[in-house]
Amino acid sequence: MKITKDEVLHVAKLARLKLNEQEAEALTKDMENIIGFANKLNELETEGVVPTAHAIPMSNAFREDVVKPSYDHDEMLKNAPSSDGEGYTVPKVVE
Amino acid sequence: MKYETVIGLEVHAELKTDTKIYCGCKNEFGGDPNTHTCPICTGMPGTLPVLNKKVVDFAIKAGLAMNCSITQYSKQDRKNYFYPDLPKAYQISQFDLPLCQNGYVDIMVNGESKRIGITRIHIEEDAGKMVHDDYANVSVADYNRCGVPLIEIVSEPDLRSPEEAHIFLETLKSILEYTEVSDCKMQEGSLRCDVNVSLRPEGQEAFGTRCEMKNINSFRAAVRSMEFEQNRQREVLEAGGVIEQQTRRWDDVKGESVVMRTKEDAHDYRYFPEPDLLPIIISDEWIEEIKKSIPELPEQRRLRYIKEYGLPEYDALILTSSKKTADFFDATVDLGATPKAASNWIMGDIAKITNDKEIEAGDIPFTPAHLCALISLIEKGTISNSAAKKVLDAMFENPEDPAKIVEKLGLAQVSDEGALMQMIQDVLEQNPQSIVDYKAGKDRALGFLVGQIMKNSRGKANPQIINKLLKEALDQA
Amino acid sequence: MHTWTAHEIRDKIKNKETSSKEVTKAYLERIEQVENKVESYITVLADEALSAAEAVDKKIASGEEVGSLAGVPIALKDNLCTKDIPTTCASKMLENFRPPYDATVSAKMKEADTVLLGKLNMDEFAMGSSTENSYFKKTKNPYDITKVPGGSSGGSAACVAADEAAFTLGSDTGGSIRQPAAFCGCVGMKPTYGTVSRFGLVAFASSLDQIGPMTKDVRDCAMVYDAIVGYDPMDSTCVKCDYINFESALSESVTGLKIGVPAEYFGEGIDPSIQKAIYAALDTFKALGADYNEMHLPLNEYALPAYYMISSAEASSNLARFDGVKYGFRAEKFDDLFDLYAQTRSEGFGDEVKRRIMIGTYALSSGYYDAYYKKAQQVRTMVMKDFDKAFETYDVLVTPTAPTTAYSIGEKTSDPLQMYMGDICTVSVNIGGLPAIVLPCGYDANGMPIGLQIIGKPFGEKAILNAAYALEKTITKVKPVL
Repeated sequence: MKITKDEVLHVAKLARLKLNEQEAEALTKDMENIIGFANKLNELETEGVVPTAHAIPMSNAFREDVVKPSYDHDEMLKNAPSSDGEGYTVPKVVE
Repeated sequence: MKYETVIGLEVHAELKTDTKIYCGCKNEFGGDPNTHTCPICTGMPGTLPVLNKKVVDFAIKAGLAMNCSITQYSKQDRKNYFYPDLPKAYQISQFDLPLCQNGYVDIMVNGESKRIGITRIHIEEDAGKMVHDDYANVSVADYNRCGVPLIEIVSEPDLRSPEEAHIFLETLKSILEYTEVSDCKMQEGSLRCDVNVSLRPEGQEAFGTRCEMKNINSFRAAVRSMEFEQNRQREVLEAGGVIEQQTRRWDDVKGESVVMRTKEDAHDYRYFPEPDLLPIIISDEWIEEIKKSIPELPEQRRLRYIKEYGLPEYDALILTSSKKTADFFDATVDLGATPKAASNWIMGDIAKITNDKEIEAGDIPFTPAHLCALISLIEKGTISNSAAKKVLDAMFENPEDPAKIVEKLGLAQVSDEGALMQMIQDVLEQNPQSIVDYKAGKDRALGFLVGQIMKNSRGKANPQIINKLLKEALDQA
Repeated sequence: MHTWTAHEIRDKIKNKETSSKEVTKAYLERIEQVENKVESYITVLADEALSAAEAVDKKIASGEEVGSLAGVPIALKDNLCTKDIPTTCASKMLENFRPPYDATVSAKMKEADTVLLGKLNMDEFAMGSSTENSYFKKTKNPYDITKVPGGSSGGSAACVAADEAAFTLGSDTGGSIRQPAAFCGCVGMKPTYGTVSRFGLVAFASSLDQIGPMTKDVRDCAMVYDAIVGYDPMDSTCVKCDYINFESALSESVTGLKIGVPAEYFGEGIDPSIQKAIYAALDTFKALGADYNEMHLPLNEYALPAYYMISSAEASSNLARFDGVKYGFRAEKFDDLFDLYAQTRSEGFGDEVKRRIMIGTYALSSGYYDAYYKKAQQVRTMVMKDFDKAFETYDVLVTPTAPTTAYSIGEKTSDPLQMYMGDICTVSVNIGGLPAIVLPCGYDANGMPIGLQIIGKPFGEKAILNAAYALEKTITKVKPVL
């Protein structure tokens, strides 16, 4: 399994990680090993096998539409690394 | 070459539940920033979502009203992307097993019915709101809207013009209102849409390359953006160019769209089944139960108005396009008003006033009983049509019994033949020349005399009786 | 006092032979004594613990009703949210994070009137097998402080082994309770998926994570499980059912118990001393009236790659929320929004976390989903069928917990894949959502503990607790010398 540095950089961008040259090199090698290891799964024929998302088969966990008190605004914002007292602040975005 | 426009829509409607989709915070528009939030809807570490059952009920209801089949084994998925209005950095949505699939909605285009396919309806959570205008270099995230339940309705590319798309949107809106799953308040953003437009040479079967338009905040903007996009693509094609697959952003102020992303930098959302939530299994009984709760829908109502009340097709269509309007009409008729008269008032003067006042269609301040009373006053001859319009204006200002308004404003017609006869005698005495003219066959003289009498009575004389009595008097003179 | 088991402490406090304050003080002194060698805690709450102990004592003195574990001093893995108390996940990313809410298990510990001594070290975001991936410190194995305690709940295991708390809670995604329990010679149980609420457990891989007890003996384990098990409306994946009282159901009898011994767990790479100790234990089981047979779980070797794909994919999504906007660390310098995210995440996460995020993002990305994520979920189905079949014949399965005993600090950090291979005996249990308990069954030539794993069928906690309880009676435990 060949994984290129470009692929690694593309994935890093998707994951919002910034890699320096050294990290990119190391991760390319690690990912090649690990993904190569995962290719072992291809030894198994899985045609028609239903994928499992939950180990214990369960369904329909619902809550009733009943209002619960919201949290205090200050309580919610107290962990924010940057806030104007009303909301969470980030560098100006346009989209 | 002539081109055909092909349009498909993705409509997001906020559901009218009491609480958010995955937590007990209030589902309420507005409020100070970050006051309707909790660790769950803001995705704080370790917190988990639990699905509001009402959301599933509402989505099934909307699906049934749009003739969809209900997916009896459905699941929720994560749509991963980074944006500051999305605190978990993924939106819980549905990917390959939406709750409702393969439906349709019939719309009326130029008096003819056209069937528009509904590809799917799925449930998902809304994102928060970014406020950009408070500071020069900083945007502020408000998470009150995070976790407000939405359904996304995706249409087939069956629409062939912006006008058709507009009718489709109006029809969809009325269905959502009728089923009472959404408020459909455009100005509060509870109904939003993305449009997909492509062109193809007339007669060609294969679709052209489409562009998606985002940031559309009203039906008017939707129509304008589609018109703009249709023209833009035609110009490109006529100049021998190729349409590039793009996501474009509509700027309603400038009346144009600009490229947001091209196909190359399209998002990779990395959908996968949401492990924190369980599959949704919907039994036949559940579907039946919801079916029973669906009220008469706009189309059924329209047909009923035509059949039972003999209303013209057009009137029936307009009346039923808003549930509130149709409910008002039904209530007025149930109280004994003549259907045609009620329809004329609601579609005519009442619609004109609500439109002028920019209030939602059907948000009428007075009651159906008031309108019924007004109609009856006209039919009994107590007031004239023109006086009735004044009464209606007053009813909008201060909703009360029209009879009281008539009294207060002194608008009652004089129908007493003795009193009217006296007025006629007075006018004839003052205008002998008109009698001569009338006798000489000049019809205008009659109109002049009626006008004089009406003027003297300050509009209160009953014109029908005046006409009758005046003719008799003239013939005897 | 600090060597007493948790159930002894509970009983002595209840019978007024001692007070919570006395025991709590003893533990705080013990922490004072050995913590500089073991380094199992990230946060010690000395003052808070003492006043909590006093409050419990007061309640008892006034005859008020108290919780089931009243006065017992405990500690929690630092990925379990504790209201207004730092919950760091051993990451720079959450160094100053104080959640405004309790995890359901934290709340249950309060209801049980336990005394919280502090929060425990772990591999960052529970990713790792040696607790070397902590941003704050490297926890040592109390049996040999040059060796790792295992991971990711290394702090929870070392803390119990070093008698720095009466019991602790850990979390287990692919062996994170069981492997450190084995390395540190204590008892650890990963319950059936869905029996303990995950609400407030900072998620690593949501479909695999479970919280469980780490204790000094099997009775403690049953007792703690009784206190945390149960349906929670806050966790959709929590099972609605009634549970027995596992402690009072404990029985030493294993007569007629059918034990399966999967050959695939004893393959190449398993230390001979471990194999020997497990088989000695199996013979003990036989002598006690149980029966064991070698059998096969042919798909076991595929569970490991499937596990790494599923867990990394879920983790890549679960950890996306750490972006410097709502809580936790934010980079000081950045150019724009993208850069704020990338800079924050690159500085805030350690290497292993980044590696898993990268693998998971890759496995979910366009073009690779079917080949890796979906494939792994299909293999998951097949591995589960393997187990179902085995449990048609056997009541429980007995296996080693890890291929080796605790290794030296730094020994395996250079090759991540080699490190992952160490999880070969534990991950399939998470893939199947099964319960499994680990307890010491002997010691190697260097005196390092060997952990035996008993795997049960879904909701089969009673069977594995009983088997462990029976075996424990025959094992002579050796305490670490610190």
